[in-house]
Amino acid sequence: MSKGRFGIHGGQYIPETLMNAVNDLEKEYEHYKNDDQFNKELTALYNNYAGRPSLLYYAEKMTKDLGGARIYLKREDLNHTGSHKINNALGQALLAKKMGKTRLIAETGAGQHGVATATVAALMGMECEIFMGKVDCERQALNVYRMELLGAKVHPVTSGTMTLKDAVNETFREWVSRMDDTHYVLGSVMGPHPFPTIVRDFQAVISREIRSQMIELEGRLPDAVIACVGGGSNAIGAFYHFIGDPSVRLIGCEAAGLGVDNPKNAATMANGKLGIFHGMKSYFCQNEFGQIAPVYSISAGLDYPGIGPEHANLKDTGRAEYVSITDEEAVGAFEYLSRTEGIIPAIESSHAIAHALKIAPEMDKDKIIVINVSGRGDKDVAAIARYRGVDIHD
Amino acid sequence: MIKLKTAFENKKAFIAFITAGDPDLETTEKLIREMAENGVDLIEIGIPFSDPVAEGTVIQEADLRALASGTTTDKIFEMAERIRGDIKIPLVFMTYCNPVFAYGTDRFMQRCAQVGIDGIIVPDVPYEEREELLPFCRKYGIELVSLIAPTSKDRISMIASDAEGFVYIVSSLGVTGVRKEITTHIEEIVSSVREATDIPCAVGFGISTPEQAERMKSAADGVIIGSAIVRIVAEHGRDSVEPVREYVRSIARAVHN
Repeated sequence: MSKGRFGIHGGQYIPETLMNAVNDLEKEYEHYKNDDQFNKELTALYNNYAGRPSLLYYAEKMTKDLGGARIYLKREDLNHTGSHKINNALGQALLAKKMGKTRLIAETGAGQHGVATATVAALMGMECEIFMGKVDCERQALNVYRMELLGAKVHPVTSGTMTLKDAVNETFREWVSRMDDTHYVLGSVMGPHPFPTIVRDFQAVISREIRSQMIELEGRLPDAVIACVGGGSNAIGAFYHFIGDPSVRLIGCEAAGLGVDNPKNAATMANGKLGIFHGMKSYFCQNEFGQIAPVYSISAGLDYPGIGPEHANLKDTGRAEYVSITDEEAVGAFEYLSRTEGIIPAIESSHAIAHALKIAPEMDKDKIIVINVSGRGDKDVAAIARYRGVDIHD
Repeated sequence: MIKLKTAFENKKAFIAFITAGDPDLETTEKLIREMAENGVDLIEIGIPFSDPVAEGTVIQEADLRALASGTTTDKIFEMAERIRGDIKIPLVFMTYCNPVFAYGTDRFMQRCAQVGIDGIIVPDVPYEEREELLPFCRKYGIELVSLIAPTSKDRISMIASDAEGFVYIVSSLGVTGVRKEITTHIEEIVSSVREATDIPCAVGFGISTPEQAERMKSAADGVIIGSAIVRIVAEHGRDSVEPVREYVRSIARAVHN
């Protein structure tokens, strides 16, 4: 079996042209991940630039309102740039810089990873180009302008379905044409090895913090950790340091769009089959001939037809459970958290909140749920207004 | 089965690529017959994929047109079966890993052998992942073509020493598509391959003119042309038989003279 496997999943299914680039990346990462100086610099960036550690906030009103388990919110939305994506962007950009790269490229769906990458590129004085599906550019026009403000060049991708998977395709195409000075800051726990491991390690700061914060606040581990999954980076970050604790339920919430039985969904775990795409073996939404299916979600960050290989393995082993949340449920949760706690969550994170709304009331009051609020919802306000039939301009 | 190396016997080889089902399989069938009769030595039949990451826009768009016209893996096998008896040159499939995997890799290779497909090229399966395909290729006698890129460097001897059929040398960084010039030192790559194996080397990616074909054939054993042909099909659709014939003849002259 080749490198970078999680059970049967993962691997390195990429063109030969890229093999030395990913091998170099693996070698450099293996070196720097244990390098004290690198880790010191990264921690300084996390703490002094991104605003870590992020709060673990007890949502008292929500807890009382639901009448069941105690609910904590991991406030990744409070990070600089407004989501967990900065954790990975800082880590990879620092690594790229150590490797002598001067240019960063990245795909983005909702725009959060693009904004994080553009931000870090500005900070580190690196060139930056972002690939974003044309449909997503329209859904998230504000983020396009943010990236440009930060000095990045944004390429609207017009191939295929013009969403996240096509942005990934196009970023790979760009990388294969220019590797010597360019690092591809892959935004999720997907793609060929070593990306799923690198991104997971940089996002694992989330569960490292949850664990110590929870022990400090409650003197014990939570009973459940809930996170949304597209590619799966915030979820693996929130799960990672609990994988060895079977008492902690790990629940990933994927986007069911208009419903898992409606063709317009992005529920890879519910509907996908084992396949090989974007450099990895994992589950993908596809037809009987292996053509990747067009997927849909109100959330541009979750409408990806695959899922990271480590999640696929967590599903196979039964260690994590995966549920599907519709657009309607997510929008309801978006509005609920805004009204109840005065926190406007990203529409992506709202999928996790929606599931908590379902299960918390049925749990005992001495149980504890942690919801990873992976991002803030400012970027989604216009889209939610449109969903509710209110016509406002971004 | 026809061994891929027969395309290179006593001559430089002209290898042509075409996307199956663009604009429809009837046209593809005619084009394959025409190409085989007009100097092409080996044909790569592309099984379209929704997300062809190694392709430039010309072949990407051809793949989408082919899928939109209802082309499926089964229908391509049926077409291959119809033409095989009349065509004396090697035929290979070029596609991505997922269409093969989804079909069932064993069943896919078995069908290849049944319909007379001699080899397969899968650009998203590098050396490290070849076990995904190789055991099934071996089982049914399908030759698995290895690719070597300008960035392969220290990997060349490892890849070449296990290569079958011919070595596909990727001429340039980036994706498939017509290029004004090819700056890679193909001769250096070929000589590195030669140290590990004596199977033929063919160069692809970016070649479109007879002049480029002539230069590349002097550097290697064969020349692969894809996007330039697909572009003619894109322009002429069902009427592309004539212009493709003319084009293929001009390249064949350059490669064989």
